[in-house]
Amino acid sequence: MKVEDLSQPLPPVRQFFSYAMTAIAFLLTGLALLPLFAILIEILRQGLPNLSLETLVSLPAPIGVTDQPNGFANAIVGTLIMVGLASLASIPIGVMTAIYLTEFGKGGAIANSIRFIATVLSGVPSIVVGVFAYGVIVLTTKNFSAIAGSFALAVLMLPVVVLSTEGALNLVSNSQRLASAALGSSRFQTTWRVVLLSALPGITTGILLAVARAAGETAPLIFTALFSQNWFSGLQNPTPSMSVLIYNYANSPYVEQTSLAWTASVVLVLMILLINILSRLVTRNRLDIQ
Amino acid sequence: MTNDPKGMAPSSKLSSSDLSEIDVMGIDGQASWLDGGFTWLARLFAFCTVAVLGWMTWVIFQQALPAIREYGLEFLWSQDWSIGDLVFGALPYLHGTVVSSTIALLLAIPIGLAVALVTSENFLPAWVRSPLAFIVELIAAIPSVIIGLWGIFVLIPFLLPIQLWLFNTLNWIPLFSTEPFGPGMLVAGVILAIMILPTMAAISRDVLLAIPQELRSASGALGATRWETIFRVMLPAAIPGLLGAATLALGRALGETMAVTMVIGNSPQISPSLLNLAYTIPAVLANEFGEALDDLHIGALMYLALILFALTLAVNVFAVLLVQTVGSASQSATVYRGR
Repeated sequence: MKVEDLSQPLPPVRQFFSYAMTAIAFLLTGLALLPLFAILIEILRQGLPNLSLETLVSLPAPIGVTDQPNGFANAIVGTLIMVGLASLASIPIGVMTAIYLTEFGKGGAIANSIRFIATVLSGVPSIVVGVFAYGVIVLTTKNFSAIAGSFALAVLMLPVVVLSTEGALNLVSNSQRLASAALGSSRFQTTWRVVLLSALPGITTGILLAVARAAGETAPLIFTALFSQNWFSGLQNPTPSMSVLIYNYANSPYVEQTSLAWTASVVLVLMILLINILSRLVTRNRLDIQ
Repeated sequence: MTNDPKGMAPSSKLSSSDLSEIDVMGIDGQASWLDGGFTWLARLFAFCTVAVLGWMTWVIFQQALPAIREYGLEFLWSQDWSIGDLVFGALPYLHGTVVSSTIALLLAIPIGLAVALVTSENFLPAWVRSPLAFIVELIAAIPSVIIGLWGIFVLIPFLLPIQLWLFNTLNWIPLFSTEPFGPGMLVAGVILAIMILPTMAAISRDVLLAIPQELRSASGALGATRWETIFRVMLPAAIPGLLGAATLALGRALGETMAVTMVIGNSPQISPSLLNLAYTIPAVLANEFGEALDDLHIGALMYLALILFALTLAVNVFAVLLVQTVGSASQSATVYRGR
C-alpha cells in the first residue's frame, strides 16, 4: 500500500451512503417531532379562544341552551378530588416501598423481586387497572363512585412513585448514610433525617410526574367513576373528571360540547406539560451541581 | 483461650459487668421500638406493592370464571359477539389488537431508531441533542384521550386522501381492498405509532449510549465511516437492548385504549384490509363495561381483560429481562413503561 492511498478521499459510493443515511435519519427525526407540534398547535388554536374564567367556574350548560354560562368546573373538582385521594394512598405506600428497596433490602433477592414486580406493575395497561377497580369496588358496592376511580388511579400511581423514589434515593451518596450512622443515629433517624431530606427534590419530582400522569388518565375512570353533569356529590356517587369529559364530548354532534372538549384539553395539557418541563429543569440543575 | 492475644489484655483489667455499664450502643427503649417499627412498616408496605399484582390477577380471573366455564378456550377463536343472545367470542378483538400494534411497531421502529441515533451520535452539538430527546419524550406525557381528540379532528381528515389514494391505486392488494371510511385500522396503527415512539426512541438512545466508546473508536481507527460503524458495530452490539425497547413499545401499544377507541371505528369484524373498520380488546372494554349488566357479559369482558393482562404481562416481563441485560439502560426503561 502506498502512502497516498491513506490520504485518498472516500470512494463516491461510501460517501453517498453516508450522506444519504444522515439525510434519512434527520428526515425521520423531523417526522417524529411533527405530531407533538401538530397536537399542541391544534389544542391551542381550538381551545384557547373559549378559555375564560366562566368555563373554569360553571357547570356544563344543557345542550341547546346558549344563554347560560358553559364550563367544566365540576370536572376540575372531580379530577382534583380523585387524584388527591389516589395520591394520599399511593404516595406513603410507594415511598415506604422505595425506602425498603434502597435502605433495608438493598441487593437482596427479596428487594430485587419487589423491584421486578413494581416494574411489571407499571407496564399493566391502565384499562386493565380499571377492570380491576371495577371488579373490586363497583361490583361489590353496585355503584359507580369516586372511590372506585381513586382506587384505580392509586394502583396506577403506585409503581411510578416506587420506581422514581427509588431512583432519587439511590442518588444519595453512601458516605452520607455512613456519616449519620457514625454520629450514632439509628436506621430510622438516618433514613428520616438524612436520606429522605437530601432526596426530597427528586422524590417530589417523581411524585409530581405521577400526579400529572394520573390527571390525564381516562381508561381507568370511564367505567369506575363514570361521569356526571352535576357538581361532586359525595364519594359514593358517579363523579365527573376532565379526561372523561373530553372523551364524552369528543364525538358529540354539538359544537358547544366539542369546543368544551378542546378547552378542557388546553387546561389539562398546559398543566401536565408545565409539571413535566419544571421537573426536567429541577432534575437537571440538581445533577449539574453534583 | 490462653492462645488468644486479643482477649487477654482487656479481660484482665475490665470485667464484662464493667463494660455493660458503659452504654456504647445508646439504644434506649423508645428509639429501638421506633427503629424496629419503621423497618417493619417499610416491609409491610413493600409487601402491599407486591400484593397488588397478585390481587389484580385473582380478581380478574375470578370474575372471568363464569365466562371461562361457559366458553372455554373456544372463546379465543370464536367470532360472534352478541350481547342480546349472550354469545361471545374474542377473535375480532384479538385480531384488531395484534394488527394495529404491528402497524404501530413497523412505523415506530425505524423512526425511533433514527431519533435515537440523531440524539446519541454527535451530529448535533450537545445542547441541541438533550432538549431534542426530551421533546420527543414529551409526547408520552400528553394524555391518550387528547391524542384521540386530535386524531378525530386532524389525523383522520389528513389521512383520508392518502387512504383513498391507496385504495384507488393498490386495491388489488388485499391490504388495501376496501373503501376507506376515515376511521379504521390504519389510522389506529398510525396513532399508536405516535404514542409508542417516545418509548422506542428513549430506550434505544440509552442502549446506544451504554455501548463502550472503545468499540466505536476501534471501528473508526480501522477506517469505517460513521454509518458503517453504526450498521456494523453499534447496532449489532445493541441488538438485545433494541429488541427490548421494541418489545416494551409493543406492550404499550397492545394496552393503549382511549386514542385507539376514538379512531378505529369500533366494528368487530376481521378484514384483511387495513382501510376497514376494526375493534381492539381495550376499546371494547372501554365501550361496554359501563353498560354491562348481565353476569355472562361482564364475565366475557373480564375474560377479554384477562387475555390482555396475560399478553401484556408476558411481553413486559420479556422486555424487562432483555433491557436489563444491557445494564444501565434498565433505569430509564422503567420510567418510560406504557400506561
